[in-house]
Amino acid sequence: METTSQFPWLTVLGLIPLVGTVVLLALPRRKEQLQKVVALATSLVVLVATILACAAFDPTGDRFQFTQAYDWIPAFGVQYAVGADGIALVLIALIAVLVPVVILASWHDTDTVVPAAATTSVEPDVDGGGAGSTRIGSPHEAPRSKRRSVKAFFALLLVLETMMIGVFAATDVFLFYVFFEAMLIPMYFLIGSYGGPRRSYAAMKFLLFSLAGGLLMLASVIGLYVVSADQGEGTFAFERLVELEISTPVQIALFLGFFIAFAIKAPLFPFHTWLPDAGAEAPVGGAVLLVGVLDKVGTFGFLRYCLPLFPDASRILGPYIIVLCVIGILYGALVAMGQKDLKRLISYTSVAHFGFIGMGIFAFTTQGQTGAVLYMVNHGLSTGALFLVAGFLIARGKSRLIEDYSGVAAIAPILAGTFLLAGLSSLALPGLSTFISEFLVLLGTYSRYPVAAVFAVLGVVLAALYILLTYQRTMQGKLRLPAGLTSIKDLHLREVLAVAPLLALMIVLGVYPKPLTDVINPAVDATMQDAGRTDPAPTQGGGDAAAPAR
Amino acid sequence: MPLEITSPDLAYAPIAPLLIVFGAALVSVLVEAFVSARRRREVQIVVCALGLIGALVAVVLLAGTEELVFAKAIAVDGPTLFLQGTLAVLGLAGVLLLSERSLDSSGGAVVARAQVLPGSREDVALAEATEIQTEVYPLALFSLGGMMLFPASNNLILMFIALEVLSLPLYLMAGLARRRRLLSQEAAVKYFLLGAFASAFFLYGVALLYGYAGSVDLGDVLAATGRAQSNEGLLFVGLAMLVVGLLFKVGAVPFQAWTPDVYQGAPTPVTALMAACTKIAAFGALLRVLYVGFGRAEWDWRPMMWGIAILTMIVGAVLAVTQTDVKRMLAYSSVAHTGFILVGVIALNPDGLSGTLFYLLAYGFTTLASFAVVTLVRDSSGEATHLSQWAGLGRKSPLVAATFALLLAALAGIPLTSGFTAKFAVFTAGYEGGAVPLVIVGVIASAITAFFYARVVVLMFFSEAPPDGPTVSVPSAYTAGVIGVGLAVSLVLGIAPQPVLDLAADASRFVY
Repeated sequence: METTSQFPWLTVLGLIPLVGTVVLLALPRRKEQLQKVVALATSLVVLVATILACAAFDPTGDRFQFTQAYDWIPAFGVQYAVGADGIALVLIALIAVLVPVVILASWHDTDTVVPAAATTSVEPDVDGGGAGSTRIGSPHEAPRSKRRSVKAFFALLLVLETMMIGVFAATDVFLFYVFFEAMLIPMYFLIGSYGGPRRSYAAMKFLLFSLAGGLLMLASVIGLYVVSADQGEGTFAFERLVELEISTPVQIALFLGFFIAFAIKAPLFPFHTWLPDAGAEAPVGGAVLLVGVLDKVGTFGFLRYCLPLFPDASRILGPYIIVLCVIGILYGALVAMGQKDLKRLISYTSVAHFGFIGMGIFAFTTQGQTGAVLYMVNHGLSTGALFLVAGFLIARGKSRLIEDYSGVAAIAPILAGTFLLAGLSSLALPGLSTFISEFLVLLGTYSRYPVAAVFAVLGVVLAALYILLTYQRTMQGKLRLPAGLTSIKDLHLREVLAVAPLLALMIVLGVYPKPLTDVINPAVDATMQDAGRTDPAPTQGGGDAAAPAR
Repeated sequence: MPLEITSPDLAYAPIAPLLIVFGAALVSVLVEAFVSARRRREVQIVVCALGLIGALVAVVLLAGTEELVFAKAIAVDGPTLFLQGTLAVLGLAGVLLLSERSLDSSGGAVVARAQVLPGSREDVALAEATEIQTEVYPLALFSLGGMMLFPASNNLILMFIALEVLSLPLYLMAGLARRRRLLSQEAAVKYFLLGAFASAFFLYGVALLYGYAGSVDLGDVLAATGRAQSNEGLLFVGLAMLVVGLLFKVGAVPFQAWTPDVYQGAPTPVTALMAACTKIAAFGALLRVLYVGFGRAEWDWRPMMWGIAILTMIVGAVLAVTQTDVKRMLAYSSVAHTGFILVGVIALNPDGLSGTLFYLLAYGFTTLASFAVVTLVRDSSGEATHLSQWAGLGRKSPLVAATFALLLAALAGIPLTSGFTAKFAVFTAGYEGGAVPLVIVGVIASAITAFFYARVVVLMFFSEAPPDGPTVSVPSAYTAGVIGVGLAVSLVLGIAPQPVLDLAADASRFVY
């Protein structure tokens, strides 16, 4: 049972960071500069290879390309099977772009005494207000005195890259599950070892939420296997599982296992409570990858696994999930506005954004799902940029509190400008890439669930509020900086280089998204087909067609 | 009718592993008597190693044998040989841990003269003395011999004898700790008393089953359950009592009460041996009793076992969360694992059998290595087992902390470790066997167990070390080798488990 077609791009992409990790670990401990260069070089090689892979991808060809399948554990019918459809490909491309950016941005994260520790020592009794954001964590947590290993930090990032590529590339559900769980471990250590003052609490919460969800999914994965074994040979291969005939009650049970795991990962309301903690405490690079990529595994999972494998359950439960998504959009936006901690604010905006993505997926329209996939990419770019710029600011001011900053634009115009651009992208300003995705999601939702779309539009307005208010408070007005600081430096070249690609992509994809949509559309069509749904017929009244097509 | 006794046909070859281990145990006793005290330790290690390696070789040579020997009292079949091989390897690892002398300042984890009253002046002097004792080697060998006989017994009386042979030396060994003598002796007494109760239950169950089936042979019991009978009460009560005896040994709730105390009090190498090997042997016996003797009476025991499995998983996982001592935490985690393994037992299908066998092997290696790591972390008063003392270990000795973290990951069942493969195997089998609720409880319990494993990782890596914290001693090749092998097995069985899965699948047929 060994099939190969084309060059095995996906395996190669996954292996490059591992090779880089081995080289990195073999370097002497003292040569920190060299370690960083090796990490950056590795991630750039992955980027180049990904570009080549994208060029080799034929949007009009088979749904899954670069496929490989080898028996791994025949006793369980498990294969090492990888393959990419358009959706997986664009997400892998997103990883390839974000990792070098993150490495560049984290260049000095491990050098100095980490800012977060300084926050607690400068302002020991800051009661971070509602969110309690900068409070010192558990009692045994002393401000750290030692520098952390540079080598380990970048090794964890590279291992994480391999896992992330693997999770999107897997076409065997077991393999997917393995990557899904294994991915947690490097992120757990990134947050726990390199994060802010409450890092160990945040890391634990992150791990437990994800693991609990993952284990529920495991029950469903086993269930799928047993169903497939009942109907012939036990298998985990996606293309064979799609063909199974599963009775509706069983579908609903199995669907819920997957759904809860993905909803925690994504995170959808009400499974989101871990994200603000993890996002706020993670080192900036970790936060970018966490929100930019790891969380996308959840929404990717909805699209790849929930809908095609359990079409009946998706249809029955879809409207309820839409309700959750709409609540998430409004709730995330409202809570974001109330945050005093910059990183928590960005985390909450993501809760709102994931509501949009979920809504687009479960609206069961081509537009909605295409929009959702675009949204996944664009959210990775815009929120990634927002986290980076916020991280640059926090690294300068040693405080995460919004109220500590004011009028920064006057002394750091480039920082302020990039922050504004990233923010505008986050609120989906026309001309920037997020606008197209948000528009498509709303359009796609409206044709089936007009009421939900109407409520979601409110989220767009709220987004403008929380972004612009934050910009106004921190960047405009009279100059004020955290205690003890009189001035901060503007972004320097390395930081500009890190954030510039993201901003450039936002603008380019905002004007010309066709390369992405060309790749995404066939995969979305295939998903819709697997899920047995068609777009609602357009009618004069538009919204009157909201009744489910079938 | 006059009673005719025909002498059974005795085939020695199929029981060669047992003969070798018991033979080595006898030699070991003679060594105690005749070899000079100075050279005894080395000689004993050689005897143990030869005996256990010999048993392993015999198991390999016997592979594929499926027969009942000694008047159907001993079944030599796939599960027997699989478990005997596993026990031989793990037993050797346990003996090596017992032989470690470079960790404790006065050498060895085992007290030189256990009869000395704890706290007495003699005892204080003894704590500093470099005397060692070597009686622990024959004790370990006898116990291992009993363990290897236990899952092979096809006859309930023989099974009882095996139970006693494996238990009695363990009761003694549990009381031999060099440090914290009182705790150790208390553990030994508790273990002995509760163990005696369990043995009595077992024996009473055997008697009742004899009344039911007219035989103590598992094959005859099976035949009896196939006939329409009026005295089903004897079957129910007898089965229940028999199973209580076995569940005590595997540490299932509500018969787990001894586990934390004994695991904590016994010398850690003995705990390691007990945690890994006793569980394997007892599960082997439980499998044989339920699959062979009562395979047809499944409706009589499966509902009860469902309840026990659920209780065991939940209670083990939840109580482990509240523990502050590493050894007690591992003890409760072993209770939770007993619950997971029971899911495979209850499946009552070939996948369940092979999954259980695989789980036992995987768990045995991981848990043995985990306890071996515990022996390394020490302060001036011996092993530092309180969890708070483990804080910041990741900075002080990254290698040991990383090893322990990987072992904990395997215990937690993180993918790419043996624990995941094992859990997957038994849960899949349970699912196929119709035990879906058990699987769901199993994954929930797994999530709970992940919490306390992760908490140790948090302590080791993300917390500052206390100023007067323990140090990590450098072990000799014995302990280092055991940890290395345990870790390697834990990882290999996660990444490439197929050969061992095949082995377990091939072994998953009982003869009767």
